[in-house]
Amino acid sequence: MVAELGQLALLFALAAALHQSVFPMLGAHVGDQRLMAGGRASALAQAAFVALAFALLTVAHATSDFSVRNVVENSHTAKPFIYKLTGVWGNHEGSMVLWALILAGYGAAVALARGGVTPLRARTLAVQGMLAAAFLAFIIFTSNPFARLFPAPAEGQDLNPLLQDPGLIIHPPCLYLGYVGFSIAFAYAAAGLIGGRIDQAWAKEVRPFALLAWSFMTIGIALGAWWAYYELGWGGFWAWDPVENASFMPWLAGTALIHSIRVTEVRGAFRAWTALLALLAFSMSLVGTFLVRSGVLTSVHAFAVDPARGVFILGILALSVGGGLTLFAVRAPAMSSDAKFAAISREGGLFTNNLLLVAACATVFIGTFYPLFAEAVSGEKLSVGAPYFNLAFTPFVFISLLMIGPAAALAWKQGRLARDAHLFIAPALAGLVAAGTAFWLAAPKSTVAALGVALAVFTIGGVVRDLARRVRPLEAGALARFVGLPRSSLAMTCAHVGLAIVVLGVIGAGVWRSETVAYAQPGETVTLGRYDVVLSRVAETQGPNYISQGALFEVRKNDRTLREVLAERRFYPARGMATTEAGVWSTIRGDIYLTVGEPDPARGWVVRAWERPLAGWMWAGGAMMALGGLIGIAPARRRSSLAAHAPASGSTSGPAPAPAE
Amino acid sequence: MKKFLASIATVGALAAVAFAANPDDRLADPELEARAQAVGRELRCVVCQSQSIEDSDAPLAQDLRRLVRERISAGDTDREALDYIAARYGDYVLLRPPVRGSTFLLWAAPAGLLMLAAGAAVVFLRGRGGTPAAEAAADHQLTEEERARLAELEERAGGA
Repeated sequence: MVAELGQLALLFALAAALHQSVFPMLGAHVGDQRLMAGGRASALAQAAFVALAFALLTVAHATSDFSVRNVVENSHTAKPFIYKLTGVWGNHEGSMVLWALILAGYGAAVALARGGVTPLRARTLAVQGMLAAAFLAFIIFTSNPFARLFPAPAEGQDLNPLLQDPGLIIHPPCLYLGYVGFSIAFAYAAAGLIGGRIDQAWAKEVRPFALLAWSFMTIGIALGAWWAYYELGWGGFWAWDPVENASFMPWLAGTALIHSIRVTEVRGAFRAWTALLALLAFSMSLVGTFLVRSGVLTSVHAFAVDPARGVFILGILALSVGGGLTLFAVRAPAMSSDAKFAAISREGGLFTNNLLLVAACATVFIGTFYPLFAEAVSGEKLSVGAPYFNLAFTPFVFISLLMIGPAAALAWKQGRLARDAHLFIAPALAGLVAAGTAFWLAAPKSTVAALGVALAVFTIGGVVRDLARRVRPLEAGALARFVGLPRSSLAMTCAHVGLAIVVLGVIGAGVWRSETVAYAQPGETVTLGRYDVVLSRVAETQGPNYISQGALFEVRKNDRTLREVLAERRFYPARGMATTEAGVWSTIRGDIYLTVGEPDPARGWVVRAWERPLAGWMWAGGAMMALGGLIGIAPARRRSSLAAHAPASGSTSGPAPAPAE
Repeated sequence: MKKFLASIATVGALAAVAFAANPDDRLADPELEARAQAVGRELRCVVCQSQSIEDSDAPLAQDLRRLVRERISAGDTDREALDYIAARYGDYVLLRPPVRGSTFLLWAAPAGLLMLAAGAAVVFLRGRGGTPAAEAAADHQLTEEERARLAELEERAGGA
């Protein structure tokens, strides 16, 4: 019964989405308020039916209903309950229902927004309805999660053990909130282009959605990297795998969007460009979906290798991108703005930032698709992997870091680079000192890493210095000034510092790592730099649906035990798969990362130990970036527009406090 | 312990998951080993997805790791070791594709895009008037009264 109801709910949702994609658009066109309001009803109905379908699928998973194929393929009676719930989106069909649910949720948010269904919102709802209809049709016709299996088997095949992990509980929902969130920006851009108005009010309305999507995408990507780091057993966190790139491309385009939209909101400039970025960000989301779902590039994440699905998504992609760009080509020329600004200005800085990000996105795109392209053209089989991307992408990161501090300190309309240059002397010196220290202390010696450190410290110093200029922390009333800062300043500061911290973490964990591999019997010691790692004992325990072989280590230094760390290998009988659960001891200085391998009867267990300096900074920095985005969602206070327009004048008054050095 | 070994024997598969590092395969000379690892990170584990042979558990990756170390120990330079393996396994194993006609676009793209971005920035921003200060000033023709009012507002805003 549950499965049939779920199927029906999806069909009703599709019907609602079809209504939603036609009538509000018509209403906005002829100016009929009732038709536009009908869009709200259908958006809410669509959300309700998708939520029902999702709930029913969850029930089927929670109760291990093995008459449903999706449950059989991804669940097991012995699977812990939390993974029965999260298993709903740990597979292709279920994750598409989650996708549709989030899409419908964003649509409902537009429908319920304060101020009623304006023509802009009516058109947005219609575009959103078209996207929803396409994805619901995709689910119903190619990826039915409610398909029955007869006769029902007594036991399921369990969820891929790699996915039975706390990090994976929330990684997909966060990522989808991001991927799908850009659909709202896309729908608003299309609606604005159709209506012929993309202005400050438009930007004000879209910005919270864009920031929300971007923040969740940031969290989703960071969680994915974190999961890979501790679960896959060799401490890698970013492999430039096609599917990682699939999430990175919309993130880069989205990053450009949230910067550009700020210019449109504050100054009314960059209207067409912002619309184009909104189209681009969601197009990249669809490209990512295509990569993951079609299996065109095989990868760890590709869980639906089925040509029919690939073709269907390619169709959605072609229609949305083609439709969006056609609309853009026809309407964008009318979107020009007469806002004036000088080359050296906040606007100029943000424009350059946008170009850099789009170029970075294109670089990742070309690298990701090049093997396909080369094979199609010349039949050559090529690999484009981490060594290429590290080389190709690093310059973009470095140039961005170099620009962030000075560009973010520029005033709108007309900045004064020369006048403000003295602000950046201290950050530059701090960067040089940090780079020198890093080069001297860290191993292996790497000039690129040292340069990265210099730029990251310069960025942090510059951003903090700019904040200090506004807050003047040493003078009376600093707290009030800090609290009174425009939210956008706080958001920007937080996210930019976060980015620099991520870069430091990547340099530490990726470049300065050191490693030891050795056999050890219980009681024996493996030396890792200044640390002694003692294998205390190995014990087998029985988990709910796995057998664990756990190695307990003591990390010692100067004959003092600093920490006990447990590293496990787990075997999941239902799928016959083993997983590594690395033992990680994280401190602010870095991680001690331990894994245990097979035993050799004579010599003991293979112990692999890493030191990964600054690894935790990646997650902390990612969290700061996302937090920055979330802070930016809060509506700007009245006075912020004044603060943003007025060129900062505080730099000449009083002693300038030095930035953190 | 006995119980554990028995369970290993029954499940078997745990042992089948080779570990990505075997102490026996490591070269005694840390400098050579570091080079071998650097070379290994350039090579794709062809039965895996986007992993290098240094990161992979697959038996084939282990074979390649040994081969790399053999070549490095035998006195190959890093380049020679890579060429040796690419000659046998095809260019597909190279995670950094060789520079040649068919990969020209790939290798030219990052620098080309960067230059394109820089060019676009210059063209677009240069079009913003040669004397932006004057233009901005024209934009800001405030009366004395407005100036005083603005100063007052800024004062009250507390920041800026």
